[in-house]
Amino acid sequence: MHGTLELATQDGRTARDGAEASPLALRGMTVSYGDQPVVFSVDMTVQEGAMTAIIGPNGAGKSTLLKAALGIVTPLAGRATVYGQPLAQARDRIAYVPQRASVDWDFPTEVLDVVMMGLYRELGLLRRVRPRHVARAMECLARVGMQDFADRQIGQLSGGQQQRVFLARALAQGADLYLLDEPFAGVDAATEKAIIDVLKDLKSEGKTVVAVHHDLSTVQAYFDRVFLINRRRMGEGTVAQAFTAAALQATYGGRLAEGQIAQLALDA
Amino acid sequence: MGMEFVALSLPPLLIGLFAAVACALPGNFLVLRKQSLIGDAISHVVLPGIVVAFLLTGRVAAWPMMLGAAAAALVAVVLIEAIRRLGRIEAGAAMGVVFTAMFAGGVLLLEQSDTSSVHLDVEHALYGNLESLIWLEATGWSSLLDPAALATLPAELTRMAVTLAVIGVLLWLFYRPLKLTTFDEDYARTLGLPVTALGLGLVISAAVAAVAAFDAVGSIIVIAMFICPPAAARMMTNRLGAQIGWSVAFAALSAVLGYVLAGYGPLWLGAQNAVSAAGMIATVSGVILAVAALVGPHRRG
Repeated sequence: MHGTLELATQDGRTARDGAEASPLALRGMTVSYGDQPVVFSVDMTVQEGAMTAIIGPNGAGKSTLLKAALGIVTPLAGRATVYGQPLAQARDRIAYVPQRASVDWDFPTEVLDVVMMGLYRELGLLRRVRPRHVARAMECLARVGMQDFADRQIGQLSGGQQQRVFLARALAQGADLYLLDEPFAGVDAATEKAIIDVLKDLKSEGKTVVAVHHDLSTVQAYFDRVFLINRRRMGEGTVAQAFTAAALQATYGGRLAEGQIAQLALDA
Repeated sequence: MGMEFVALSLPPLLIGLFAAVACALPGNFLVLRKQSLIGDAISHVVLPGIVVAFLLTGRVAAWPMMLGAAAAALVAVVLIEAIRRLGRIEAGAAMGVVFTAMFAGGVLLLEQSDTSSVHLDVEHALYGNLESLIWLEATGWSSLLDPAALATLPAELTRMAVTLAVIGVLLWLFYRPLKLTTFDEDYARTLGLPVTALGLGLVISAAVAAVAAFDAVGSIIVIAMFICPPAAARMMTNRLGAQIGWSVAFAALSAVLGYVLAGYGPLWLGAQNAVSAAGMIATVSGVILAVAALVGPHRRG
């Protein structure tokens, strides 16, 4: 309805769809692996201070969209701005929590060491690690309830504990925007509770959270907004607006059971 | 005793030691990145390049051989990519075909060429010529302080020492980003790290170590040192820094013990001739790996 509306601001620049202030704005994002398009011309405007779930069926391009936004994969077309700036100038404001399965947990390192990786931009190549750095990393571990595991080899942790370590590493960056890829996949109930508590704390501090999410039954309890994707953008808005039976049917097609959609719509 | 040791044993011992450590250092990251066969690959691929450089210049000299090795590596990369795309097969298979074919080509070239005047032959390519790298001007330990005598040190010793120093400094300098990109490449990218350049730099460092070591100690040591000391070290500790320390210790132990065993071991057993030092060094590193796999405190599985 307002796709191409342009607003002139006082200094003469233009802002499109509020992209100027948005923590993350994607325009025409298109990604392909080989000659197979995975994400096709997706626009997205993340609302500041909200918790947004990216949902869609398997293979819909949810993780790829995040990776394109972060510059991990190079998009065929499209651009991303972070708080109105190109990504390269806003890296200090953005923190990423990758999928747990994306790394080798046999790597010879310990929990505290992984969290310290979040301080890399501060420490650089050779700056000495000070007690305050260690204190900050320990504080982040405590926020996810992992302070007693600081000296553990990371391979000795459960899946849920590993996920919490990844979240602590992102917290150590002190960013304003947090992008998480399936943070609840394969974790125990205690971890799920710990993670959602941390994310809600972040929100109450005015931070912005975007998570790829696969469990439709917890969308309403955990998130304020949803972004629906199936290769293309299928909808975006508050949970009440966009998380509807019709939108889910359109996004998931026949892959979502009728009954499940009816149940979700009833809850909404 | 002192004179004989300094002149005949010290230079090859140090060359073997430096070569082993120079390969083991980048080997730590290659093994963790599951790229450890790159060392194997490089040391095979460079053979035809080195032979062609020798045929063109007619002598065994460092720079032409380095250039030949680099050119061969480049040809290998292009060939692998071409085979992978045209043949539509996976990268591992394409690499395997190219490495073995290029090494075989190098062996054939060697046999056809007249290398009788210099020690460049198939055995040299495999085992190097460690035992022949002696320091004729040395008259004893005091020669280590005599500039005139030091100037006649085997060129391989200086070259290997410089290579080791450069690789050591580079790893120290880039330790944090290398560790981060090796553990979690995607996350490293979001921090703005030049992930591709770091990976390329690591492979180039490994290639430089391989080519420098190849001439003196042959491809057997290169292949063994890229993998055995780091793999054994991984089973001794759960920290990357400590793992690198262990790998250096294991590489040094292999070099020294291997050299001594090759030179004197057969005599102790009543045999007449010494065996190849390079072969023995690689064997010792394999034994260390086996022991670590059996009793190391942090073996997996």
